[in-house]
Amino acid sequence: MSDIALATVDLSKSFGALNATRAVNFALPVGARHALIGPNGAGKTTLINLLTGLLAPSAGRVLLAGQDVTRLRPDLRVKRGLTRTFQINTLFPELTALEAVTLAVCERIGVAGDWRRPVQKYRDAVAEAHDILSSLNMAQWCEQRTRQLAYGRQRMLEIALALATRPKVLLLDEPAAGVPSGESEELFQVISALPGDIAILFIEHDMHLVFRFASRIIVMVSGQILLEGTPAEIAADRRVREVYLGNAAIRHG
Amino acid sequence: MAETKAANPAVRPLFATQARWRPQEIAFWLLPIVAYVLFPDYLALARDVAIAALFALSLDLILGYAGLVSLGHAAFYGLGAYSAGLLAKAGWGEPFSGLLVAGAVAGILGLATSFLIVRVQHLALIMITMGVGFLLHEAANRAAFITGGDDGLQGVAIWPLFGKFTFDLYGRVAFIYALVVLFLVFLVARRLIHSPFGLSLRGIRENLVRMPAIGAPVQRRLQTAYTIAAVMAGIAGGLQAQTTQFVSLEVLSFERSADVLIMLVLGGTGRLYGGLIGAAVFIVARDQLSDMNPFYWYFWMGLLLVLVVLFARGGIIGGAERIWTLLRHRIGGRT
Repeated sequence: MSDIALATVDLSKSFGALNATRAVNFALPVGARHALIGPNGAGKTTLINLLTGLLAPSAGRVLLAGQDVTRLRPDLRVKRGLTRTFQINTLFPELTALEAVTLAVCERIGVAGDWRRPVQKYRDAVAEAHDILSSLNMAQWCEQRTRQLAYGRQRMLEIALALATRPKVLLLDEPAAGVPSGESEELFQVISALPGDIAILFIEHDMHLVFRFASRIIVMVSGQILLEGTPAEIAADRRVREVYLGNAAIRHG
Repeated sequence: MAETKAANPAVRPLFATQARWRPQEIAFWLLPIVAYVLFPDYLALARDVAIAALFALSLDLILGYAGLVSLGHAAFYGLGAYSAGLLAKAGWGEPFSGLLVAGAVAGILGLATSFLIVRVQHLALIMITMGVGFLLHEAANRAAFITGGDDGLQGVAIWPLFGKFTFDLYGRVAFIYALVVLFLVFLVARRLIHSPFGLSLRGIRENLVRMPAIGAPVQRRLQTAYTIAAVMAGIAGGLQAQTTQFVSLEVLSFERSADVLIMLVLGGTGRLYGGLIGAAVFIVARDQLSDMNPFYWYFWMGLLLVLVVLFARGGIIGGAERIWTLLRHRIGGRT
């Protein structure tokens, strides 16, 4: 099982009578480039919240590198290499981009509890944060407060924060949501160029991006996995066409 | 990519300049020395300012930096005051060790209540901090055989500083003592907010929900901050007990919790100096205005508070910063 980075076993979540997630089983191999698609309300974000620990499942287990993390706190899952980005920007408005990423690096290397030494004493942490921002073409904005950054830059900062945790598994929750189509290409290039050893689960509505990015696609409908397969298989499947893709998207298969 | 290489050297000074002492700061700390020389008749007032400034600084740590609103911060101030007072009354009047005891006792209460604090937010947080404040106030009232109840704690005898400098009638020693303690605690607070821990607190203030997603143990961070703030508030309370050689129930009152919040908001939250400036404005205004009419002065304080919150976001410091940038742009535009 060591080649499986993240897996679920019969993962379920119900809110009262609503079964938001029903016995979901899937596995994300090390270095995977998988996409998770499904219509609105299919339970994709609920699944992400279950995986990262924001929600506690009603039943089932979450396995990270073969270890059961179902009861682990969200921050401790991050420490073990399971990181996510958010569909809606959830950043630190008054921190500069560099401060935010430096903070994430400090948390990872375990020095963020140090209150005796100034931040700049941790030169390596600051330098690493700057390198991450540079690699995302953000260097020239790193001293800007987050709230002053353009929306597309903020989406980039989301990814920078995730990278600062050095993830083994990265869950990208609609990274291009709300980004104008001209800028989404740059974002896509960044995501495509992420290190190959990170297992990525890519949740996205834009089928252009999904079919270009993913080697396998998981289709979720009504809290269940309807189908998993290669992009070609997914595009050819009639059920998928009916519930989700529509004719427009099939052309890109 | 050439531009990124060029930007790199500029990065390290960014964090470095944050922690460097600025000229305004040095000028600020010269003010109390000027006050000592120019207003020798107001040393008791200046001492009150220093003590209130320390108390407000402790609140800034949790409110301004970590975003925890408290309406019961006097619990720690009062507990520190009674600890220092009772210790002196029991026969140990050495000032510095008395302050350490005051800080430690308040810190223990801070740590104990921090387990409640981190579980709630917003209104519930305000209610819990206020509730703890009421509990302590009433407990001190009931335990009159220890605290003296309404009559206050009398017979607090403080030994001379270093066994040499007796607390004099003019309040010179008391003022210098309070000022030095304020400065020392300020140095710790200043160091703390420029540390990774301080950055982490700002992260919590800016986005509590995001913090676990970058691997931050939010509860532990908040508990540490709350405990440190309680220690500082306890030291402030201890200072008051020692320098006035008396403790009244008022140190635990709701009004004291509210006043320190007003001072901090007035001066500007999350700016380190906000509490200090706010305390000075508040205490001096109270002194001057209540001389005119002892009951009427809160009217002016209310007006000032409304104006500051409406028109000077970031308090007096925030407003001053904006005026400064405006002026600089004007001047810069002309030349």
